[in-house]
Amino acid sequence: MEEAEAEAEVESNRDNVEVAPALIAVHPEQISVAVAVGPDLRVFDLLAGSAASLVDECGAPFHKDPIRAIRFGSRGKLFVSAGDDKTVKIWSTESWRCVCTVSSEKRVSAVAISEDGCHVCFADKFGVVWVVDVAGSHGHVTLGDRKPTPLLSHYCSIIPSLEFSPDGRFILSADRDSKIRVTNFPKKPLNGAHEIQSFCLGHTEFVSCLAFVHARECPQGLLVSGSGDSTVRLWDISSGALLDTCEVAAKSIMNYECILLRSLTISRGGKSDILDPHLLFLKAGLLESNGEAEEHGHAVTDLCTTISGLLIAVAIQSLQGIVLLSCDVSAQTLSVSKVVSIAGEAFVPTCLGFSPAEGKLWMVTGVSSLPACNYPPLARVRVISAIDAEQEPVVLGDDEIPGGEKLLETLQGSASVDESAFLAAAEAVKTAMRNLLIKKQYPADNRESRKKTRNDRKLKM
Amino acid sequence: MPETEVKATISKSTGLPRKRFYRARAHSNPLSDSHFPVPISPSQFDYSLHYPQIFPSSDQADGSRKIQFADIGCGFGGLLISLSTLFPETLMIGMELRDKVTEYVKERILSLRVANPGQYQNVSVVRTNSMKYIPNYFEKAQLTKMFFLFPDPHFKEKNHRRRVISPFLLDEYAYVLKAGGIIYTITDVEELGDWMKSCLENHPMFEALTEKELEADPVVKLLSSATEEGQKVARNGGQTFQAVFRRIVPSDKTS
Repeated sequence: MEEAEAEAEVESNRDNVEVAPALIAVHPEQISVAVAVGPDLRVFDLLAGSAASLVDECGAPFHKDPIRAIRFGSRGKLFVSAGDDKTVKIWSTESWRCVCTVSSEKRVSAVAISEDGCHVCFADKFGVVWVVDVAGSHGHVTLGDRKPTPLLSHYCSIIPSLEFSPDGRFILSADRDSKIRVTNFPKKPLNGAHEIQSFCLGHTEFVSCLAFVHARECPQGLLVSGSGDSTVRLWDISSGALLDTCEVAAKSIMNYECILLRSLTISRGGKSDILDPHLLFLKAGLLESNGEAEEHGHAVTDLCTTISGLLIAVAIQSLQGIVLLSCDVSAQTLSVSKVVSIAGEAFVPTCLGFSPAEGKLWMVTGVSSLPACNYPPLARVRVISAIDAEQEPVVLGDDEIPGGEKLLETLQGSASVDESAFLAAAEAVKTAMRNLLIKKQYPADNRESRKKTRNDRKLKM
Repeated sequence: MPETEVKATISKSTGLPRKRFYRARAHSNPLSDSHFPVPISPSQFDYSLHYPQIFPSSDQADGSRKIQFADIGCGFGGLLISLSTLFPETLMIGMELRDKVTEYVKERILSLRVANPGQYQNVSVVRTNSMKYIPNYFEKAQLTKMFFLFPDPHFKEKNHRRRVISPFLLDEYAYVLKAGGIIYTITDVEELGDWMKSCLENHPMFEALTEKELEADPVVKLLSSATEEGQKVARNGGQTFQAVFRRIVPSDKTS
């Protein structure tokens, strides 16, 4: 009886392994936008106004299994995609040709490109961060296959996020054991990065995302991190000191209720923008304390720093919209500035991207596949403009976004998407993240039966 | 029939815990996600819990006195007990993954403290996975000595990544060790001894101690004699292989 249950659990876990959230990345000058859904990589060239055609020696599909990380280099010359098929592909953004394919021993969970564009780093699911030299790759010159060398490692801990500091001096790796390691990135990284600058310790759950707040007063940048403990924290990376903690899930509900009260008598253009705060979160767990069931319901899934880094966009599980945090650099604090809800559809962003050139926040929601359903990979793209401390952010309609219908068709797979699937998608992504990143709690009562398969126990039977 | 006698886990004659009641398998899976409390950061480590006489209340830990010696995989605590009286002013801690063994060491320390008033107040033990959580216990450049005595050899090549001395983990050990701090390793498995030595030699932040320095260090002799494991090796007439290295500041080489 118990074994049947245990088997059923293993089955559902196996299904969840394939559930990968949709990802989005925006070129720093908004020349192109890329979306990855499952193994599918879709790129739209905004300048040309059409889908970019990707070229790779191995031919389509370029990745055989779900893509887990995509990224543009800060200089905009390189793009990297990597995932469960254990390959890291480096593309030139000029020609959209794959200039280099790197094989990894294990599935890849995160990628980062050094500020000078000479090195690409990726983290595998066992916690090892690898580095590969890509200097000299541009345009149509292909580097062929390169062998990566190990750079550093977090012992047996998945690394969901890798980031370089803006001045390129440090590489940051965040892991599932709530740690953020800040390591000196040496001049010759192929020999490994051995000198640890600091550890940023304070989160109580897995750290899912890292980003830097760029500020003139602080050239090396302030680090913000999002975690499964539903907080966003601000750090000084040279000492590892925790500067401020923002309980985003709890605060955003309170913040939204204040706005609601203030705008009770306002309605714009005939339709009211007022939403019942209970609908803001898909499950009302946060408002009625539901006990353990909702403990892990509001992990921060992605964050993204915006114009001059003073506003930080945060995506939280179950939140249909984003939270904008403002960072006070001199006071070194974080506070909730606005909660932007996406009215009209169940849109829980799985990934965010910001284009500094245009001041627009790009969001995607979607999933590679839904277990027990016949839905194809889903993706839905939305854009918020006027992300500014002064202005009110505006959620753009499908016809208002750069690239318009053509972009949506390319990146989403179709211009319109079946909305009912998105609720199921949001739940699937949430469950997958929990299974991947949260330590499993086994009940004590059936411990003896679980140990039956152990060799030293078998002799006693 | 109801159980009326209490198992005498503490020996009446010596007042020390009896190993028979603290037996555990020699191996514990370092990869599994065990559930034991880990301090969120080194400042959260409760000194008053481990060293009650030195830090009577939790707010006494003002940061002036910190742990300086760490015995990683301390087993039944032999080395720590010897070091405690050799360095009475130094705070030291043992880290052990196995639950029962940690309990044994705790009992041993408590009994010694009772039997020898004023002594053994500077030593304690904690159950933790030192391969994952060392940065949670120790700040940067806090430790002056780290010990790795008779670690699990993990013979199979596919298990080499589980070894407690590895090029990756040495980064973390270098982080918690002060410049000039010393790392002591010893094993009776020759292949492991070679492995540990070469990991340390190849790491830019460690350099070997000279023969003279080894002779002068009173701790070196304890490596093979102070622990239960070491005594067993000596009884069986086995050979031991040690590697003792100093944490250095890498000069600005071109790397």
